[in-house]
This record gives sequence, structure tokens and C-alpha cells, in this order.
Amino acid sequence: MFRRFVRFLLCLVGVFVIGGAVVYFITAPNAFPESHWANLGEPDLKNGEMVFWTGGCVSCHAAPGSEGDAKLTLSGGLALKSPFGTFHVPNISPDEKAGIGSWTVAQFGNALKRGVAPNGQHLYPSFPYNSYARMSDKDVNDLFGYLKTLPKSTNVAPAHELPFPYNIRLALGGWKLLYFNDEPRVALAANVDDKIKRGRYLVEGAGHCGECHTPRDSLGGFETAKWLAGAPNPEGRGRIPNITPGAKTVGSWSREDIANYLETGFTPDFDSAGGSMAEVQRNLAHLPKPDLEAIAAYLKAVPDR
Amino acid sequence: MRLKAITAAVLIAGLGVVGVALAAEDGTHEARAALMKKVGGAAGAMTAIAKGEKPYDAEVVKAALMTISETAKVFPDQFKPGTETGDKAASPKIWEDHADFKARAAKLSADADKVLAQLPTDAAGVGGVLKTLGGNCGGCHEKFRIKTE
Repeated sequence: MFRRFVRFLLCLVGVFVIGGAVVYFITAPNAFPESHWANLGEPDLKNGEMVFWTGGCVSCHAAPGSEGDAKLTLSGGLALKSPFGTFHVPNISPDEKAGIGSWTVAQFGNALKRGVAPNGQHLYPSFPYNSYARMSDKDVNDLFGYLKTLPKSTNVAPAHELPFPYNIRLALGGWKLLYFNDEPRVALAANVDDKIKRGRYLVEGAGHCGECHTPRDSLGGFETAKWLAGAPNPEGRGRIPNITPGAKTVGSWSREDIANYLETGFTPDFDSAGGSMAEVQRNLAHLPKPDLEAIAAYLKAVPDR
Repeated sequence: MRLKAITAAVLIAGLGVVGVALAAEDGTHEARAALMKKVGGAAGAMTAIAKGEKPYDAEVVKAALMTISETAKVFPDQFKPGTETGDKAASPKIWEDHADFKARAAKLSADADKVLAQLPTDAAGVGGVLKTLGGNCGGCHEKFRIKTE
């Protein structure tokens, strides 16, 4: 009887060990192979700069309190408070020791599109790779080239301050299983024009608008049925507005109104962008007008929420 | 013809001021929003010229800049001590960093005065003015205004 019990225990342990191994492998960091990033060619720095402004890199990676051209020194250091703890934004200047100066384009691309660090670990989705996953390899390559032209910084940001269990990086594999994908966020009509397609590419990808404008559940994943329907302000008080065609204010805006707002910061009745959107608008104002129009076209095409 | 337009504009502006004084108590959301709407109206008038929707008119540009200059000067008066609550759109930072808040309002007024001293002479010039003045709008709203939806 005792032998049967021991055998049962051993089987149970075996199940846990095998189960654990299966979970470990399913949720392991899933970087693209090196070959994926070969032959991307010389980066187009002008396009890289546009991708830079679409991606809003300065808004997190510039030194806190910096203004104007100083913002282009991406020394990190900003403390991002969240329900999961405080994230300290890293240095992504081209410094070889403190920044990403010694990274390959493969390492950069895997970080942006798969959320995998050069040391093979999962990255926290406070870095919005869950959106950037939709960027093209060309845009990633161009962006990397552009970043390497920016000033170097030797700043080293502190480690993230995350309470248990959020400090277990391994667990991010589970989070990614639940939430990480590079699929379209919403269904659009089958025959949408190229402008809307470009808008989708910008908004769902590098623009990462959904990261603020879409509500999240308790584990920090998107409530995808409410895509762009607005959410509490992650940086304090108030709301991040609904920007679907069903929205109370923005819903009545035309494509031209939206594009003009992104370009100038002025609403149709000459109110002015504020809160965290003020900086987003300043970043997007660098984009060529057709891209702002594409964003507007997409916003008028997404489902009413 | 122009005199009529200017007179109308002055009368409407005057009515606006009277309207604000009668309708909204000082230090309330309504009073603050009413003043901001005047600034918005001025920006709108200049934008119409910059975009070529309306012909360039030095008097309209001057009136718009004067509206911005004067409104910005009195705007901080709507945020005296004791008015910190009751307006969800007003960030506590307004009183925590009152010096910066007042400085920004003063800068908007000063920037408008600078342009008044050297008026732009065409639509393109007006467009440039909007860009510089517009930077003041975003900067203040970024720090001190809360989006309530």
C-alpha cells in the first residue's frame, strides 16, 4: 500500500515537472531567427526619423524635464508609475556601454517586434512592443539607423521597482500567451482604400495609440472589444478619450478635422490639445500630411464604440 | 464697409465680456472656459486667414491678437486661492506651481503683444504667428489641464 502511494506521489511529481517544462517552453522568449534580419540593406534615415516621431520614442526615453533638441538624447530615466509597480525607462542612446550602441539590428528588431531583450529575456510590455509588433522590418531597420545618429548618453537608469509577482520576468511568457499578437486589432471592411490601410498600419503599430486609448483588464491586457474607446488616464486624473466614430466629441469630427488637429493641436472649435496628448501631437506634427490624413481615415473607419 | 465689420466685432466682443460677467461667477469652470473660448475664437479668426478661407485683414488680425493679449492677462485671476475645487478640468498643479501657471499666461500675453508691434502682413505670416502662439496653448494645457472626456 505504501509502495503504491509512493508511486502515486512520484507520478504526481512527474506530471508537475513535465507540465512545468511544457509551460516553460510554450512561454519561452520567441525571438525571430538571425536570418530574419539579414539583407535589410542600408537604412533610410529620413524614413527612420518619421518612424521615430510616429513611435513617440522621446516621450518615454528622453531625460525627464528635457525640452527641444535636448529631447533627442534618449538617456532614459523617466519613472513610469503603473498598477504593477514603477518602471524605469532605459537609455536607448547609441552609447556602446549604457545604451544600444553595440546592438545589432536583429537585437533591436526582436526587442521591438517580439519583446525579447538581447540577453534573451522577456521585456515588460510597458515598452509597447505589443503594438510595435506590427511595424515592418524595413521601418524597424530605418528607425535603428536613425537612432544611431542621435547623441550618446552614459546615463544608466535604475532597475524596475515591481512588487511580487510582477517582478518575475519569466511570467511575462504567460502574459504574452494571453495578450501578445500581431494580428489586426479590429475588422475593417474587405475593400478599404489604401489610405485607411496606411492609417491602420500607423495607428495599430508604431503609433501605438491603443496603449492609452483602449481600456485594459486587471492583467494589463487590452479589452479588444473596446478598441480605442477610451480609458482612465494612466498618468493620474481624468480620462483618455474615446476616439472611435461613436465618441461624444471626436465622433463628430471630419477626416480633415482630425488631420488638422494632429498637425496643429487645434480642435475644430479651436480648443487646444492638452495633458499627455499635447506631446503626442507635437511628435505627430513631424509626419507628412498624407500620413496624418491616413490616421484620420482609419479613425473614421474603426467600429463605433 | 470695414467700419461696420469692426464695430460689429467690438460690440460682440463687448457683449461677450458683459455676458461672462453676468453669467459666470469668478473662479468657476464656466468663467474660465468662457475666457478660453475667447482665445479660441481669436485663433479661429486668424486660422481662417492663414488658410485662405477669409481674405487677409489687418484689423481682424489686430483684434484677434488684442483679444489674446488681454484675456491671457486676466486669466490667472480666475484661479485665486479658494477656487481649487469644483472644476474637474483644473489640475491641482495650478496652485502647486502657481508661479509657472502665471508665468505662462504672462508669456502668451507678451508674445501676442510682440506680434502686435510687428503685425504679419499676409496669410503666410499669420500662419507663422499661429504656430508660435500655439506652442503656448499646448504647453500650458499639457501641465495644467485635465481631460474629463
